Amino acid sequence: MTRPVYLDYNATAPLKPAVIETMTAALKEVGNPSSMHRFGRLARRAVETAREDVAALVGALPRQVVFTSGGTEANNLAMRAAGAGRRLLVSAVEHDSVLKAARDAELLPVDARGEVDLAALQAMLERDERPALVAVMLANNETGATQPVALVAHLAHSHGALVHCDAVQAAGKMAIDFARLGVDTLALSAHKLGGPQGVGALVVADTVEINPLLKGGGQERGWRAGTENVVGIRGFGAAVRLAAEDFPQMQALASLRDDMEARLLRAAPDAVVMAPGAGRLPNTSCIASPRVSAETQVMALDLAGVAVSAGSACSSGKIRPSHVLRAMGVAPELAANAIRISLGWRTQAGDIDHLVEAWAALHARAGVSPTGTAGRPLPAA
Amino acid sequence: MTTVSTTPTKSTAPIASAIAKAASNAPKLPIYLDYQATTPMDPRVLEAMMPYFMEKFGNPHSRNHPHGWEAEEAVEHARKQVADLIGADEREIVFTSGATESNNLAISGVANFYKDKKDHIVTLVTEHKCVLDTCRHLELQGFKVTYLPVKKDGLVDLELLKSAITDKTVVVSVMGAHNEIGVIQPLKEIGEICRSRGVFFHTDCAQAFGKIPLDVNEMKIDMMSISGHKIYGPKGIGALYVRRKPRVRLVPLIHGGGQERGFRSGTLPAPLCVGLGAAAEIARREMDSDNQRLIKLRDRFYKRITDRLPEVYLNGDLKQRLPGNLNLSFAYVEGEGLMMGIKDLSVSSGSACTSASLEPSYVLRALGVDEELAHTSLRIGFGRFTTEDEVDYAADRIVEAVQKLRNMSPLWEMAQEGIDIKSIKWAAH
Repeated sequence: MTRPVYLDYNATAPLKPAVIETMTAALKEVGNPSSMHRFGRLARRAVETAREDVAALVGALPRQVVFTSGGTEANNLAMRAAGAGRRLLVSAVEHDSVLKAARDAELLPVDARGEVDLAALQAMLERDERPALVAVMLANNETGATQPVALVAHLAHSHGALVHCDAVQAAGKMAIDFARLGVDTLALSAHKLGGPQGVGALVVADTVEINPLLKGGGQERGWRAGTENVVGIRGFGAAVRLAAEDFPQMQALASLRDDMEARLLRAAPDAVVMAPGAGRLPNTSCIASPRVSAETQVMALDLAGVAVSAGSACSSGKIRPSHVLRAMGVAPELAANAIRISLGWRTQAGDIDHLVEAWAALHARAGVSPTGTAGRPLPAA
Repeated sequence: MTTVSTTPTKSTAPIASAIAKAASNAPKLPIYLDYQATTPMDPRVLEAMMPYFMEKFGNPHSRNHPHGWEAEEAVEHARKQVADLIGADEREIVFTSGATESNNLAISGVANFYKDKKDHIVTLVTEHKCVLDTCRHLELQGFKVTYLPVKKDGLVDLELLKSAITDKTVVVSVMGAHNEIGVIQPLKEIGEICRSRGVFFHTDCAQAFGKIPLDVNEMKIDMMSISGHKIYGPKGIGALYVRRKPRVRLVPLIHGGGQERGFRSGTLPAPLCVGLGAAAEIARREMDSDNQRLIKLRDRFYKRITDRLPEVYLNGDLKQRLPGNLNLSFAYVEGEGLMMGIKDLSVSSGSACTSASLEPSYVLRALGVDEELAHTSLRIGFGRFTTEDEVDYAADRIVEAVQKLRNMSPLWEMAQEGIDIKSIKWAAH
């Protein structure tokens, strides 16, 4: 078999070689950034350089960047900014790390494209005098659909609300300008953009007070205690620099993706691409095949050496119909048949050929004919 | 095949060998003696981690394909390596981003879970900042916290501990080995007391894990905080041991995908988990030999200092102590001057977290060390890669610096003349 084809970049992306180089060098060095001696000062400088890099990627100031252990912690930290007494208005398609960190949240509905309903948001904001925290992600991890976050922020601020934006999947895949988005906090993760697992950041506007999640040594200006993951942070810095350099290649994945979707639909004409008409990340495709369950697709593709996923990579081994697709009004039966294909920096046209072949073979076995008329049903197992 | 001549030309031979000899003895500067702040990675740990940065890069929570399975298998192996070092079951190990998170999760997690029944926490005034800060925040939420003083040697007073526990106490949190003064608390005795009173026992073992033998069952430990970068593993990874029988329940700090059995959401950094596991396994195999070597180095250093310098005070008990730690106060010198005088040595005054400020250490103050002496204390940390040459060089530099500063000090002169400085009434100004 040829090299296995990895098309699950939204779960995690392989490290870019230059990131590995940076980290390999860093791994051999010692130093706690809080130590005053030379080893400590060098580690501190490396952390601050990475902070500048991360800030530059999203048009923020270095002092606004708080390093965390990843996107999940960043989202949790942001949701705590609400403090007691604030209402939580959270889009129905958010990642679990936002949804589960927001107990008693009111869900903002989305339309069939996965976009939040701004009229509904306005009504919810007007219904209650208490200040709110609104959480809307920049791009969805399962469908790649983007949100009108700047509009959400404008609307929310005019009602005295704070806005958190989970940009974990969006960073490196679309242009982000923290100031222009106008949000109060923005969550980032390194390993989704070619950096290491175990590091992320929360970008915090100057006007916002953060209620720390981890208390202790006063690192990260008191917002996040704990010895900095120096190697991870340096890897993060290297990865965001590369993400900026490789931005055109990332955008070019859209045409590869669109071509892939067209070929998949030719092989299985009754399949449906999710989030139709939405602005989408260039690398993500969520596609449902009415006649083959997600589990069967994932297993068959895996046997053919192609790694894709059903839903997002979380703790549960079970495949549940996605809350994202359900919120978009996709029927449960169809949602249960959706897989996510996500491309990245190492994806080549040959990988897509491999996927399309495996998908076509699977659908031929399932009796779906390329002309669109269903063939004979599968023999009973 | 060519042969390489091993006979140098006669004229340069003595010089070359002298240079080689000098070079082998002269340690590379600066010398790192701050192993309680952080440790360099062991190359074997790095080697174990590398594949998981590169070809085995999968998300350990991806259940649909081999990239994910491979990463998951590695994480589970690491979990077992960590568990094995403390006599735990691998299902009792929760990976975190480090010991700070573990301490936060343990204390606020258990307090919040049982808050309907119990509302009292017992800890020591000398605990790490992240334990004390967590307790302060819990106080703001209505919990009651008893901060027990310690004895002059830094050890907990067990009778005082017993009397502090009430039927409202949910958890006792005591550090296993201290980050500044290296003292090792009587964990087994504390565990007995806690178990007999039906109170959970949490111990911050960021400094103890991998350095001294620990057994969660023998010591009746219910929760233990663990760090990677203190044991030649990577930064950004730690763990919390959470006992299953009798079961300890926690309210999680970080919510989301439900990883780590719901205790701690977030994608696990597989390479870092592998690094912690490998570091734990090496520690398990080499702890005895490492410690024998470290005790020799430490005693050599201590002797080389105290043989030549009077009025040097050891902070914290010497016997109940981490093999790789010394904390010394040098009377009649000025702290900043001393630090400037030993620029080639990376040592710490006070713990790294607070060392950016030059306040005297709250830990030393709690031991009853007076302010002057607290200001002139050095924490010297030895570790796996410390050599005899480095130790000798460091001791000599410290001796020189202290002698030089004392020679300039009028206080030292007065002390030599037998004047009790404390009795002097300085003119007000």
